[in-house]
Amino acid sequence: MAEHHSDTLYMKIFYYLLALTILEILVALPEYSLFVKAIILVGMALGKAALVALYFMHLRFERLTLGVIAFTPLVICVFLVFMLTPDLGSVVHKTTTPAKQTMEKKP
Amino acid sequence: MSEAAAMHAGHAGANESPLTPESWGKLGMWIFLAGDAMSFGTLLAAYGGVRYGTVDWPKPYDVLGIWLTAAMTLLLIVSSVWMVKGLAAIQRNDQANFRKFIGLTVLGGFVFLLCQAYEWYKLISHDGLGFVNNPYGASLFGTTFYVITGFHGMHVTGGVIYLLCILLRGMTGAYSADNYHAVEIAGLYWHFVDLVWIMVFTFVYLI
Repeated sequence: MAEHHSDTLYMKIFYYLLALTILEILVALPEYSLFVKAIILVGMALGKAALVALYFMHLRFERLTLGVIAFTPLVICVFLVFMLTPDLGSVVHKTTTPAKQTMEKKP
Repeated sequence: MSEAAAMHAGHAGANESPLTPESWGKLGMWIFLAGDAMSFGTLLAAYGGVRYGTVDWPKPYDVLGIWLTAAMTLLLIVSSVWMVKGLAAIQRNDQANFRKFIGLTVLGGFVFLLCQAYEWYKLISHDGLGFVNNPYGASLFGTTFYVITGFHGMHVTGGVIYLLCILLRGMTGAYSADNYHAVEIAGLYWHFVDLVWIMVFTFVYLI
């Protein structure tokens, strides 16, 4: 296992993380669609997190069991986001409709 | 414990090495980190949900600024590199470099906390970003910011204390090339703190 843990590899991962951080800032600063920006930035952040987990936390060289344990929270959190989405959509719908009715009644 | 290891060895697949007693601590840390990841995941999912449903959410980088936190991100990434170098040093039985790199990791974490304290002080005292209200828009902007960065800051504080204990034990010669698992397990926690900050930086500051 020790042969994988070379200083050269760690420095290579560090430069990837540094480059991705600079790229993230360059992507975040201009003004454009928040949805597109969020997709790109979350993708880059997941890439950085994967580099840290695979190489600094040695998951790349560990038993599969530890990888499954590490990956489970991500699956559950993605599931949580999908479960929240319909509810959030209905909240926006409910709050806008009464506001329109009030506007119509006033005159 | 050794009986359990022997039982597991009997059932392990042909391509997987059996868990040795030294691995139980690592397995325990990974299970803890999985639970902790779900805590952070829930906070970030709630943040996304609240922000999606709020029309007057301020642009985070206009209020929070990103240059200090970009430097803090870099600091945590560098401290992670120091941590792996410290572990690699003790695996070679290089005590001097082990102490140097773990000491630098502790210092990195401590400077990160100082930067966060300065950021909070500036936001509270000069910019008026309160926990329940602020002049920039949605009141939950401040609440979510302080809860998420505070929860992470507490993890960094825990990590600094944890690594300080490892460093102090290391200075008494407690670790060696044959006995480095405690350092590796502490390293897992520290890298996790770095990993979570990568996500927090993206969600809270950049998007």
